[in-house]
Amino acid sequence: MAREIPTALAINEALVIAMETDPDVILMGEDVAGGGTRAAEGTDEMGGIMGVTRGLCTRFGPERVLDTPISEMGMLGTAVGAAMTGLRPVVELMFIDFLGVCLDPLLNQAAKLRYMLGGKARVPMTVRTVTGAGMQSAAQHSQSLYWITAGIPGLKTVIPSNAYDAKGLLLAAIRDDDPVVFCEAKGILFDSADVPEGDYVVPLGSAAVVRAGSDVTLVGMGATVKMALAAAATLAGEGVSAEVVDLRSLAPLDEETVLASLARTGRLVVVDEATPRCGIASDVASLCVTKGFDLLDAPVGRVTAPHTPVPFSAVLEQAYMPSAEKIVAAVRALG
Amino acid sequence: MELTHEQLLVSYRTMRMIRVFEEKLHELVTAGKLGGFLHLYAGQEAVAAGVCRRLDERDYVATTHRGHGHCIAKGVRAKGMMAELFGRATGVCKGKGGSMHIADLDAGMLGANGIVGAGIPLATGAALTCKTKRTGGVAVAFFGDGASNQGQFHESLNMASNWKLPAVYVVENNGWGEFTPTAFVVPVPDIAVRATSYGMRSDIADGNDFFDVYEKAGRAIAAARAGEGPTLLECKTYRHYGHYVGDPLTYRARGEADEWRRQRDPLVRFEARVVGDGRVEAGELRRVDGEVAAELEAAVADAERDPLPEPAAVLEDVYGGE
Repeated sequence: MAREIPTALAINEALVIAMETDPDVILMGEDVAGGGTRAAEGTDEMGGIMGVTRGLCTRFGPERVLDTPISEMGMLGTAVGAAMTGLRPVVELMFIDFLGVCLDPLLNQAAKLRYMLGGKARVPMTVRTVTGAGMQSAAQHSQSLYWITAGIPGLKTVIPSNAYDAKGLLLAAIRDDDPVVFCEAKGILFDSADVPEGDYVVPLGSAAVVRAGSDVTLVGMGATVKMALAAAATLAGEGVSAEVVDLRSLAPLDEETVLASLARTGRLVVVDEATPRCGIASDVASLCVTKGFDLLDAPVGRVTAPHTPVPFSAVLEQAYMPSAEKIVAAVRALG
Repeated sequence: MELTHEQLLVSYRTMRMIRVFEEKLHELVTAGKLGGFLHLYAGQEAVAAGVCRRLDERDYVATTHRGHGHCIAKGVRAKGMMAELFGRATGVCKGKGGSMHIADLDAGMLGANGIVGAGIPLATGAALTCKTKRTGGVAVAFFGDGASNQGQFHESLNMASNWKLPAVYVVENNGWGEFTPTAFVVPVPDIAVRATSYGMRSDIADGNDFFDVYEKAGRAIAAARAGEGPTLLECKTYRHYGHYVGDPLTYRARGEADEWRRQRDPLVRFEARVVGDGRVEAGELRRVDGEVAAELEAAVADAERDPLPEPAAVLEDVYGGE
């Protein structure tokens, strides 16, 4: 039975199901319990920075829900070692910005072990991490660095836009035999949607058409999907029919769904919270011109953050982030 | 626990295989028959052999760029290793890894590593698996003095001690971090003291004395298996060759290596002890030498003939389920 719950809770449910159905699944991270369970002292589990893992230590015990020191590199490296020897760790990297202190275990270990060992190793680990701006967390806690992991062969990267997909994608990620980076966009973490109670997966590598349309395709991911949907509603009032594609998975990328939508509309605007260079928006634009050139009736539009760090001031942060208004403007600019 | 006659011969065989394997690689690279960067373990054989003699099939090791010796000591066969170093499809990693990523999970060998210090958390994770799944296994991280300056070392030791993981951290202090003397970048004479700040046991062994390593590794591994947590075991040793084959060696005083080779060679010391004790006949060791040489020659001959990977294999093994 489905009920409306926030994304954070849907992720918690996925973790519970994953841990109940597979004893090899363990959780690691800073504050995932927050000193374990200390009910006798009248304290509650912290459940990680966003409270997503609250209750799991009480339920599964401190042997499967491990509070780590603030040691991202050691923690991720340990997860790689555990994954290649038979566990299925889920690691919480508090913010994706912290890749700066722990990229090696992902870049040079997890991503490459299967290949370097001639296919004889597998690294079934999932890194859950918070991405994006919008909470005035400023330059070092607000980045959308999924383009880094999406660009590394051997890693998979997903970013749900809603609670339903979050639960299903996380279960698929945990059960996948390759390392997956699971991005929890701040902008949708506390939005609610209908989520079934039971066990289901949303396959990795599949995009979704979340609104059908015929005049223009808006491609979003994570928090930009709801911006695109809001823009589509505005455009509908102007007689423009916008189709919205939610990438859901950044690597692998579902090229087919994007190109099929472009074939229907002939126009495309990609909306990405990340900075404009070397990223997913560039990638989608490249896809359109290399494999969809004959389908294009206009240049590909892009709405991204500017090529700057994320500012602190709310007014600057709003100026920095994509928005429905910016998307509408970009569509109008296509002519 | 006294080593049996058979165990002594196997231990010697391990060290001899490492020595001739590395010397053969030196010869092949110098002759231009083998490419890539090879970091030779010759001189440090007693560490890998002494520690791994205490391990069994439940156990894991993770190592470094200087990892051939640990592979051999953990039971990876010379044939598959040599084929890997020749980049053959028959290599233990199908020619995809090479020297710096050589690994054999079937032997519990999690891999050499091109990143200094990166094997340490991998072994820590393997120890976490052993503890969580109650396999009775132990994981050993081999690394150098240089890696003990890396964050991954400190982060791993802290977690492993805090979680009482069945891990042993073997730092092989060979006096050189790449091309820089250890004393130039480590302000303490013994890296073992770094365990103290993590509430971890530590010990120091003569890394060129098989029996000293065997005894102290035995204590550390027994404690790990008994649930008493990890140990940092420092083995003082020396690398006979440079950082990699072909490096200019201008950074090292002439004669420094000769002194270690003449006075403290771990194979010579092993032989003097076991023959002196009357536990092994010198002739038995010569027979092992002959067997090892024959196995290695066959491995090289096979590796030179074995097929190269198909070019299309470049696209394989990136992800599972292909």
